[in-house]
Amino acid sequence: MTEREATGTLTPQTPAPPGVPGDDRSHDNGPNSAGPHGSGRGGGPHDNGPNSGGPNSDRPHSTRSRTGRSGHRSRAGAWALPPIAVLGVIFLYPLALVVKESVTGEAGVGAYADVFASDAFTDALVTTVGIAVGATAGCVVLGFALALIVAFVPFPGSRGVAKFIDVFLSFPSFLITLALLFLYGTVGMANGMWTDVTGAAEGPFDFLTTPWGVLLAEITYFTPFVMRPLLAAFAQLDTAQLEAASSLGARPARIVRRVILPEAYPALMAGGSLVLVLCLNEFAIVLFTGAKDVVTLPMLVYSKAILESDYVSACVVATVNVVISVGLYALYRTVTARTTGAARTGTSRTGRSGRSGTPRTGRTERRGRNAGAHA
Amino acid sequence: MLVHTRKGRWTAWAVFAALFVPLFALPLLVIAVASFSTNWSGAFPSGPTTGHYAAATRGESLAALSVSLQTAVGASVLALVVGTWAALSASSLGRGGRRVLDALFMLPVAVPSVVVGLAVLVAYSQPPVLLNGTRWIVIIAHTVLVTAFAYQSVSAALTRLDPAYEQAAASLGARPWYVLWRVKVPLLLPSLTAAAGLCFALSMGELSATMMLYPPDWMPLPVQIFAATDRGSLFTGSALAVVLMVTTLLVLLAVSRIRTKASYR
Repeated sequence: MTEREATGTLTPQTPAPPGVPGDDRSHDNGPNSAGPHGSGRGGGPHDNGPNSGGPNSDRPHSTRSRTGRSGHRSRAGAWALPPIAVLGVIFLYPLALVVKESVTGEAGVGAYADVFASDAFTDALVTTVGIAVGATAGCVVLGFALALIVAFVPFPGSRGVAKFIDVFLSFPSFLITLALLFLYGTVGMANGMWTDVTGAAEGPFDFLTTPWGVLLAEITYFTPFVMRPLLAAFAQLDTAQLEAASSLGARPARIVRRVILPEAYPALMAGGSLVLVLCLNEFAIVLFTGAKDVVTLPMLVYSKAILESDYVSACVVATVNVVISVGLYALYRTVTARTTGAARTGTSRTGRSGRSGTPRTGRTERRGRNAGAHA
Repeated sequence: MLVHTRKGRWTAWAVFAALFVPLFALPLLVIAVASFSTNWSGAFPSGPTTGHYAAATRGESLAALSVSLQTAVGASVLALVVGTWAALSASSLGRGGRRVLDALFMLPVAVPSVVVGLAVLVAYSQPPVLLNGTRWIVIIAHTVLVTAFAYQSVSAALTRLDPAYEQAAASLGARPWYVLWRVKVPLLLPSLTAAAGLCFALSMGELSATMMLYPPDWMPLPVQIFAATDRGSLFTGSALAVVLMVTTLLVLLAVSRIRTKASYR
């Protein structure tokens, strides 16, 4: 569509380029010919007369522009090579080496059998998937509820909440675990309150070194990742629909289920699957928990490589982890591709109805990481 | 407005407060409070002190902060150059080529950071390029991790860019380089600064890949925080964490000021 538009707007202007050489020269000469450059299109016809001599110079120009178009493609392809080469050297080649390393140990491909057979690996796999699925479910439910209130039951300061979420996301994840140590640690705030009130020697909260502690930290840290795309989707929702539904007698719960949820579903799915991948890959939270019995796949990679210096096993676990995460991420990309399609038609619709789209695009742009939903 | 009754609205707000405050506001508050105390054995901390900050802003902690800043700036600049270049060339490619570039440059998001660390460690601990034990290996790993986000924000901004501007410039005879430098880049400046801020913040807080490959003489602040909490000095750790947060926020603020200036130009 844009391609056709581009050629469409360019073709009527092909007669204009005769003025172009003069314009180009004006750039080379700089201040000397600032005048003709400034007059721009207005000066065009005047230049046209003496300069071009009619259709004679017009035709070669148009053919040049046509070959330029196909040449432009291949040249653009060549321009894409340097960044790909950089990525190849710093990322793709190292990643390939990890896969290669995983099968070039003494056991060869048998290294995989050894690792799959070990209890440490199966435990880590179960823990990782369990925590990731649980945290994702928690984030989706919590994020939906909170975003719903921020967007549709606004209160003084609800804009501040959206800002706070952005700030929250720019902090590293391990801060949450650190904070939880003060909140629910053995001598933390919650236990302190409990002992102060009941006079007991010890508080009841002792879950930080269990998977539940990791789960709580991950839900806390990743819920904003669900809220951001949701708030963006809610901002696009036509409030007239809500008014209509409510004036026809629908209760809030019904409006949420029948009007809001279908509209927000793509954003919810996109946010949820991103969080699932991020949870599968999360390492800092688990590391800070310091629990010996909570070992996830990234933790296993770390302990095999750094603590045990067993690089072959580390590479095997890493390869498995990459396969799981990249598979899920590919799924996420397909989901978001569908979401952006929906979002784009939504924007154009509201854009055409005269509502300004500028503040919205500004906001989505600022929502850094989530920008992926628009890519 | 979804809830019309006063009571319903207050209920919704109460639910929101009950969930939001303990989950999101309290953790940051607790870290800030803990960084000023020496002891936390009851409901509230005791022994107010600024000693942790005195320790956090000198010696190896200060060195760690400077290491983090240098790493973040280096990685962000590299990531912005590579990511913007890739996004610009992707936007002039056909559908297929763009999809390939998208997949390649978004791949680091899907790969666990620990595995990125392991991969970079494995690749640069053997010939032809030996970087293990130098600061460059940390900067390379951070660059890998944040390039995806630079690419993502710039290519998202490119799809929103009105093609009329560059077409107008090109039709007036501006060369591709001139269009790029004087039309596209200025229009992209707000998203470029946003991407720079994002890359910087991510790199400042990066721990997973860093744990895999930091050399002893290039220890970023997150590693220092981990080392402090791991040996039990939670209060020093939280003071360092506050220093990390404040530094990140200050840089983000400065970057967003540049951004508003750029968008009003």
